[in-house]
Amino acid sequence: MKIVEGFFRFWWDFIIGDDWKIAAAIATVLVIAALVISGTSPAGTWLAIVLGAALVLAFLVSLTVDVRRG
Amino acid sequence: MTATFTASFVEFVEALTIVLAMGMTRSWRSALWGTGAALVALAGFTAIAGYALVNWLPRSALQLGIGTLLLIFGLQWLRKAILRSSGLKSMHDEEEEFREQAEAARAAGDEQRFGLDWFSFVVSFKGIFLEGMEVVFIVITFGLNAHNVPLAAGGAAAAGAVVLGAGAVLSKPLSQVPENTLKYGVGLLLSSFGAFWAVEGLGVFQNGGDSLSWPGDNWSILGLLAAWFLISRLMIKVVPRLAKGGPAAVAPAVLEEAV
Repeated sequence: MKIVEGFFRFWWDFIIGDDWKIAAAIATVLVIAALVISGTSPAGTWLAIVLGAALVLAFLVSLTVDVRRG
Repeated sequence: MTATFTASFVEFVEALTIVLAMGMTRSWRSALWGTGAALVALAGFTAIAGYALVNWLPRSALQLGIGTLLLIFGLQWLRKAILRSSGLKSMHDEEEEFREQAEAARAAGDEQRFGLDWFSFVVSFKGIFLEGMEVVFIVITFGLNAHNVPLAAGGAAAAGAVVLGAGAVLSKPLSQVPENTLKYGVGLLLSSFGAFWAVEGLGVFQNGGDSLSWPGDNWSILGLLAAWFLISRLMIKVVPRLAKGGPAAVAPAVLEEAV
């Protein structure tokens, strides 16, 4: 049991780190993007810019929530 | 190679601090066994995962997976850099980190397994494996992006050799390294490469599964770098106002330093 717990804790520390909100915000953007573009035809380069902006926005939101919560 | 060297350098400094704390306060033999075991495990993981990733996954899926991890690592570092520069978090100090690790080591029990001090072994193993995994992902991303993984691996190995050499000579944490500044720069780099790759990799969900394209291809990484830099400078100014208690909650001296 300890080994399983240690295994999951290791991956949590590795991927999530100190602030889970950043990982959650990035994962949310990527999952929504995946659902929206799933099965569509290849898009132009504008889509990359929109998605990049969404990632920046996700970081800003997570940092704001983090700081406001103290 | 410079990017890989710098990013890996910070990871190696952290790993060295952990091993030094265990070696100096408990058992050098156990700490070094932990280090060796972690390196073997890391080599095995890299070989197996590298083979599986390159041979079984489409390029876009690889970009999405590694880009996402790198983006999260980079943004964690950027968050810390913003909080430190705005005075909401104390500056990272390897000597302080060393003191905390050493204190925990002294307070830990005295369990012996396989003739080793188990606490030293486990903490060293985890520290090296965790930091080492980050180096592996950094090497893969920067290497594949530059179409030269061996050169990127060389940069990481050189950083490891420099840190190890300095650690062996000084036998104390590398507190003179401007780690906060380095981490800020590396956070910007990792966030830029991570965002670039994660977005390209999302193309795996489109018909055909080809990577998405950024305008200007690799040149857009510079655009991302500029964007993260500007956002971080803006947030350094803004977060003290967002914090509980407002700007008054931030130590005035620290705030002055940030401005």
